[in-house]
Amino acid sequence: MVQQLTERSALSFAYAETFDCVQCGYCLPACPTYVTMKKETQSPRGRINLVKMAAEGKITYDELEGPINLCLGCRACEVVCPSGVQYGKILESAKEVLYEEKSKRAKLFQEFVFGSLSNKTALKTAGAGLSLYQKSGLQKAAQKTGAVKILPERLRSFEKILPQRKRNKWEHFYPAQKPVYRVGFFVGCVMDAMFHSINTKSIKLLQAAGCDVAVIPEQTCCGALQSHAGAKDIAKKLAKENIAAFEKYDFDFIVNSIGGCGAMLVEYGRLLEDDPDWKERAQAFADKNVDISVLLSELELPFTREVNKTVTYQPSCHMTNVQRCINEPLTLLQSVPGITYVELPMKNMCCGSAGIYNLVNYEASMEILDEKMHHVQAAARKPEIIVTTNPGCHLQMKLGVEREGLSDQIEVVHIVELVAEACGIEG
Amino acid sequence: MNSTELWLEALMQIIPDETRIFTDRADLYSYSYDASFGTYLPEAVVQPKATEEVSNIMKLANQYEIPVYPRGQGTSLSGGPLPVKGGIVLDFSQWNDKLEIYPEDMMAIVAPGVLTADINNAALKEGLIYPPDPSSSNVSTIAGNLAENSGGPRGLKYGVTKDYVLGLEVVTPEGEVIRTGGRTVKNVTGYDLTKLIVGSEGTLGIITEAILKLHPKPEATATLMALFADLVAAGQAISNILRAGIIPAKLEMMDKACIEAVEAYEPQGLPTDVEALILIELDGHPQAIHDEILKVEDVCRETGATEVIRAKTEEEAAQLWRARKLVSPAIVRHKPTKISEDATVPRSKIPHMFQRLKEIRKKYDIDLVVFGHAGDGNLHPNIIADKRDKEEMRRVEQAVGEIFEAAVELGGTLSGEHGIGTLKAPFMEMELGAAGVEMMKRIKQSWDPKNILNPGKIFPEPGQRLVLTDD
Repeated sequence: MVQQLTERSALSFAYAETFDCVQCGYCLPACPTYVTMKKETQSPRGRINLVKMAAEGKITYDELEGPINLCLGCRACEVVCPSGVQYGKILESAKEVLYEEKSKRAKLFQEFVFGSLSNKTALKTAGAGLSLYQKSGLQKAAQKTGAVKILPERLRSFEKILPQRKRNKWEHFYPAQKPVYRVGFFVGCVMDAMFHSINTKSIKLLQAAGCDVAVIPEQTCCGALQSHAGAKDIAKKLAKENIAAFEKYDFDFIVNSIGGCGAMLVEYGRLLEDDPDWKERAQAFADKNVDISVLLSELELPFTREVNKTVTYQPSCHMTNVQRCINEPLTLLQSVPGITYVELPMKNMCCGSAGIYNLVNYEASMEILDEKMHHVQAAARKPEIIVTTNPGCHLQMKLGVEREGLSDQIEVVHIVELVAEACGIEG
Repeated sequence: MNSTELWLEALMQIIPDETRIFTDRADLYSYSYDASFGTYLPEAVVQPKATEEVSNIMKLANQYEIPVYPRGQGTSLSGGPLPVKGGIVLDFSQWNDKLEIYPEDMMAIVAPGVLTADINNAALKEGLIYPPDPSSSNVSTIAGNLAENSGGPRGLKYGVTKDYVLGLEVVTPEGEVIRTGGRTVKNVTGYDLTKLIVGSEGTLGIITEAILKLHPKPEATATLMALFADLVAAGQAISNILRAGIIPAKLEMMDKACIEAVEAYEPQGLPTDVEALILIELDGHPQAIHDEILKVEDVCRETGATEVIRAKTEEEAAQLWRARKLVSPAIVRHKPTKISEDATVPRSKIPHMFQRLKEIRKKYDIDLVVFGHAGDGNLHPNIIADKRDKEEMRRVEQAVGEIFEAAVELGGTLSGEHGIGTLKAPFMEMELGAAGVEMMKRIKQSWDPKNILNPGKIFPEPGQRLVLTDD
């Protein structure tokens, strides 16, 4: 599989963007996989160079695939880059090219996962998103495709930490007593299936803080996992469905409690930048999207009780590096009466969850998680609660706590759960 | 088996851990570059973690005559670690297990792959600092800094890397392990091989451990920004500050083009109708610098500063320095390739150098901005271009050559802190003369008779000229 530098390959890869990298290396210390895998090949600078080499036909797609698949996509490198390199764009272009080149066998497995996510009916009948992680459907598919032989072991480690499922149907409208904002609530697929109660609490908190909240039934999956895997066409289709669904309503904001999905939603403008019919609509949609902490930190909350606990915060990479939503969750957290906030050392390093990375690259992910747990242990005070803002991080941190044998000492919660508790709001 | 297969097998015997030897093409391509220009594929990459391993590799390399290139984290701006003749890249970035601070001796002993900033951070815990602060110090390794004799903004007051090295452990090109210097400030036993190795760009020996001198941490800092409508006045102000008996810890300068680029990128409220801006940081005893910063302000005003801003809080100081930090991202907004030069002139010649740079910018019609450590004459003329534009790059190459000529004519040097490497080798004779280069070559030959340690650096190949494109 040696490719020549055809116009096509240079165009499919974000080849021009690779020239923005001056190879200064400032990204190296910020990259979790460079830190744990200890070689330049697994660094942002290394990967950008390999994309360039692949586009020029100097290395094969097979040679490019390993380093690209082992990238978390956390995009911490973009924040520290002094030259403004668009790493996310380069990475996704490589994923897209590789996705198209991939063998049928591997593709079947991915299509099962992403097909489930983008098809709400399938998601529900399959027993909702949990089934992705549980033996039934996924394991069968994995066996059928022969794609992932070690998957059962990985699934066992996640099983212990999965939350109890309990879902109710959404009402469509949750009015506030004295409305300040009219917001549309984005439920997400994995979040809605696995952390239904966090969505419920999110809506109740928004209501209590003065928002009319609508949960419109036309919304669909954000497309993040598909986009990160290179299935850009599916991602674009989902984006258009969401844009068309939400623009029918006159919302002040579109709100979600999911760092990862939120990052995808704010990038719809970029996703559809080459589509003249959608470009502006996509940007208008993106501009309305905010993480729940943005509104809750601005509005007044009816706190009723103190949470006398030592709390630390593991930011979601996509919330920090893509949404650039950094101070709002901290402000919200520190407004909770009674808590003692302790900063997590190296808090901006990814936990290794990264979408489905921890399933696909289990060992690599666990090495990053172990590094993360060393930082938890090194905090100035031992935290009793680790706060997260994204379901992927939530599960991963829970797994980390479990692996360290600290489950009876450290609780992992979503920021919404902590704030809801302090406001006396039940799920 | 061919020769490469033979030595690769022998290499596996030396390094017991196979995860520290790379021969896959994706890996080889990942060590084919640094932060300068050109890509060269090695045949193997090894991550040594012990002096004995390095010694055995050099003995093997001598036996098979394989070129060997020591590499830190590849932040070199002159091509120091590029494997220009194939062979083995030694990646020292993972050998970082020793970082010992001895507060009573004001000294640190470090492994080669320790990050420069980590040494300073460890020293700070004992009320000390490691002063050399190249802007890449969060990424660069100490052995890389030692090999290149790196500088940084604090060079004006505190000197550069070579001023903080007491002793080294070095593996010679033939695989012998020697120690130079020691743990004392005074040491005149024999030739000063420490100073010879520091700045030798990995061509005379491989540094496997360093004993570094530390300095007491200054108690406080004070920051000031001054704007000038005239470059000569700015240069004069710098001279006058130093003649007033004040040596700032940092003294940085930005020209009009830099200020405009920063204002277009992320507005800081800087006036764009000035020719130059200087940023000064004093450090020392709080009362002393309180008096001195007022004096600096007076000197700037007397020398024609149109505006002087003195930071009253740490936040205000950080805000002033932000303008300088934004220069790098701001100047690469329109074209991606940045050629960062470090030609250095005597301090009194700064205004002349600015004039020459202005002429060169016009003559070759290039985007050239100037910023840098003006206090020690170490300007950084940066040319912004696009390396895919071959015609533009030819003009840039000519302009760079002329910048070097200007610096040498003004009594300065080709390189203040980045090193010669591959990039500046063609200009060596211009500064040193034929005999000067020949004496250096003789030193190289006596240390490395087979020319296997970092070949292709410092000394030009016959007919070699400056090349700033990758192919």
